[in-house]
Amino acid sequence: MNGRDGSHGGDGRDGRSRGEGGDEVGQGRSVDASAVVVGFARALRAAGVDASPDRVQAFLGALDVLDPGARSDVYWAGRLTLCGSQDDLERYERVFAAYFGGRPCVAPARSAPPPRTRTVLRGAGTVPRAAARSEDAVPVAVLADSTDVLRHRDFAELTAAERDQLRRLRAAFTLRGEARRTARRHPARRGAVDPRRTVRELLRGGGEPVRLRHRARADRPRRVVLLVDVSGSMGPYADALLRFAHAALHGPRAGGAARGTRTEVFTIGTRLTRVTRELAHRDPDTAMAALAAAVPDWRGGTRLGEMLRGFLDRWGRRGMARGAVVVVLSDGWERGDPALLAEQMRRLHRLAHRVIWANPRKARPGYAPLAGGMAAALPSVDAFVEGHSPAALERLAAVVRGADS
Amino acid sequence: MHEVSGPAEVRARLEKTGYLVDDGLAVACFLALRLHRPLFCEGDAGVGKTALASALAEAMDAPLIRLQCYEGIDASQALYDWDFPRQLLHLRAAEAAGVTDADRLEGELYDRRFLVTRPLLRALETQPSVLLVDEIDRADDEFEAFLLELLSEYTITIPELGTLRAQVPPVVVLTSNRTREVHDALKRRCLYHWFDHPGFARELAIVRRRLPQVTERLAEQVTALAQALRAEDLVKPPGVAETIDWAQALDALGASEVDAELAVATLGSVLKYREDAERARGLDLSAILAARET
Repeated sequence: MNGRDGSHGGDGRDGRSRGEGGDEVGQGRSVDASAVVVGFARALRAAGVDASPDRVQAFLGALDVLDPGARSDVYWAGRLTLCGSQDDLERYERVFAAYFGGRPCVAPARSAPPPRTRTVLRGAGTVPRAAARSEDAVPVAVLADSTDVLRHRDFAELTAAERDQLRRLRAAFTLRGEARRTARRHPARRGAVDPRRTVRELLRGGGEPVRLRHRARADRPRRVVLLVDVSGSMGPYADALLRFAHAALHGPRAGGAARGTRTEVFTIGTRLTRVTRELAHRDPDTAMAALAAAVPDWRGGTRLGEMLRGFLDRWGRRGMARGAVVVVLSDGWERGDPALLAEQMRRLHRLAHRVIWANPRKARPGYAPLAGGMAAALPSVDAFVEGHSPAALERLAAVVRGADS
Repeated sequence: MHEVSGPAEVRARLEKTGYLVDDGLAVACFLALRLHRPLFCEGDAGVGKTALASALAEAMDAPLIRLQCYEGIDASQALYDWDFPRQLLHLRAAEAAGVTDADRLEGELYDRRFLVTRPLLRALETQPSVLLVDEIDRADDEFEAFLLELLSEYTITIPELGTLRAQVPPVVVLTSNRTREVHDALKRRCLYHWFDHPGFARELAIVRRRLPQVTERLAEQVTALAQALRAEDLVKPPGVAETIDWAQALDALGASEVDAELAVATLGSVLKYREDAERARGLDLSAILAARET
C-alpha cells in the first residue's frame, strides 16, 4: 500500500476487490458457512486472538448483511468483529491467510509492533550472566537466593522464612503516588460554596436557608509506573522486585482510593512486557506464575534505551507516564548504546512528574554509577535510591509517596 | 436517514462530505449502521478518528452529539441531572400561589422539564443522531462499566421517570488513544477498527480534497515528504492532520511548490518535538523531493 502511485480517485489500498469475481472465498464448496466460521474462530483462538463465542456471533451477523462471496468483505467483517486490539491484527492476518489461503488482503500494519510474547524461553546462564559475574566477583544477594528462583519457580516449596518475608513485604509497602490536585471537587469543611449541595440542603429544609456547604479540590495519588529489569545481571533481585511490585499493586488502599490511577508494571530486558494484568491475581504465587508464563525474556540481556523508547512510544507518551511517578528498578547495565538511553531518559523526564531509579547495586561499598547506562541515565533522574533490601524498598515506597530522597 | 444498502453506498456518502475511506473503514461504518453496533476506533493521533464521527453525522444528515471523556467523569455529567435551582423556584412559586396539594407538587418536581439532559441521554432522545464518545481511555473504569450498560441496551433508567429507550439507536463512535487498555467487556460490544496511516495515493487524495486551493504539485510534494518523515524513527510521526496543516501553511506563504529550504523553515507545522525537527533537518529532503519528480 505504501507509496502506491495511482490515480487520485480516493481509492487507496487494494482498490475494488469486491465484485471482481475470481477472488472468492469458499466458492464451489457447499460447506455450511457457520461451520467454516467456527473453524476459523478456533484457529484464531489457537493463535492467541480472543475470538469468544459472542464475537463469533457478531461475525456471523456481519456476514449476513455483507457479501460472503467477496474476500475483502469476509476479511474486514472478521477483523472488525473478532479482533480487540492492535496486537490481534497481525495474528488475524496470519490466520486469515492460512485458513482462507491466497494473498493477504492488506499489508500488515506498518506500525504494528512484533507480537509481544514468544514461546521460546531463553536458556539460563548465557552471555549476560557471565557479564554479571565479571562485573563483580562476589554477588551479594540480599533479598532472594541467588539460585534460580525465577527459573524454577516452584512456589509450593517456598521456605517458611520466604513466606514470612513475603508477608512483611506486603504489609510494609503501599506504593501510593505523590498526591496531586484533581479537577474534581469534593465536599470539604472550607473552600468555595458548593451550590449543588447547598441547594439540596435548602430543599430538604423546605426552602429555608440552612447552612452553606463547601467544596474543595480533591487530592489524588499520582499513577505509579514500575519498570522492572529482569535481565541476567539483575537475576538475584528480579524475583524480589517483582514481588515488591505485586505488593505495591495490592497494598492496602492501593486499589480503593486510587482506583483508576492504578500502578502499572512492566518488565524490561530484551523485550518490553506489560505485566499489570498478570500481577492482578491477589495471590502472589499465582500472580508470579502467570507473570513467569508471560515474560519471554527472563535472564537475557538488557537494552534499556530501546525498551524505554518502546515504553514511551507505545504507552508513556499516550498518557501513562504523563504526570506519573516512574520508577526504574535496574542496575543500569546497558548492552545497547548509552546515548540512546540518555535521550530516552530525557524524554521520560519531561513527561513524568518524577523519575526514580532504584539500583540494587548502589548499596555496595565502593559503588559509583560508572556503568555506561547508569551514567547516561543519571542526569535525568530525580531520585537515585538503593533497592537491595526490604528496608531499601520501604524507603523507595516513601520516596514514591513524595518524601525527599 | 434511510437504511444503507452496502459498504459502497457508505463510502460514496462519506466521500461526498470530504472524508475519504478505504475498504475496511467502509465495511466498518456499514456494519455499525446496519447492525447498530458501536464502532471502537483506535490509532495514532491525527489519523482521523474523531473526524470520522463528524463525517458520519454529515453523511447521515444527523446531528453529532459529542461526549469528551476525562478523568472523573460521572453519570451526572454524561447522562442527566436534575435542575435543583429550578425545582426550588417551582416550589417557592407554588407556595406563593397557595398550592397545598403536596402529592401533586412532589410529582411536578420530578417532571421532564426539570431534567437537564447531558450528551448520552440527548443522543438517545435525538433520532437519528451520531454519538461520539471521545477518548474513552481517559475516563475511569467505573464509567466504562456504565457505558457498557447503555451501549448494549440503548436504554437509560431514570428512577423518577422510568426507562427511556431509543426507538432508533444512535450511531456510536468511540475513540481511544490507548493511554490505558479499555476493558474487554466494552470492546466485545463494539466493532474494532485500527486506523493506520494512509498510503501515498490516499493521503494525497485527502489533502487534495481538504485543500482544493493548494496546487497539485505542492500537495504531492508535501505528501511525499510526510510519508518519508513517517518512515523515519520519530518521537511523534506526523498524522494526516499534520500533513494538511503543513500544506496549508505552505499555501499561506504563497508557495506553489516546495524546496528543501522552505520545507525546513515550515517544519514546525508537522513536527512538534525538537528531536524530531533535528532529525528531519539531518535528512536529505531535496533527495526525497527529487525522487518524487522521477
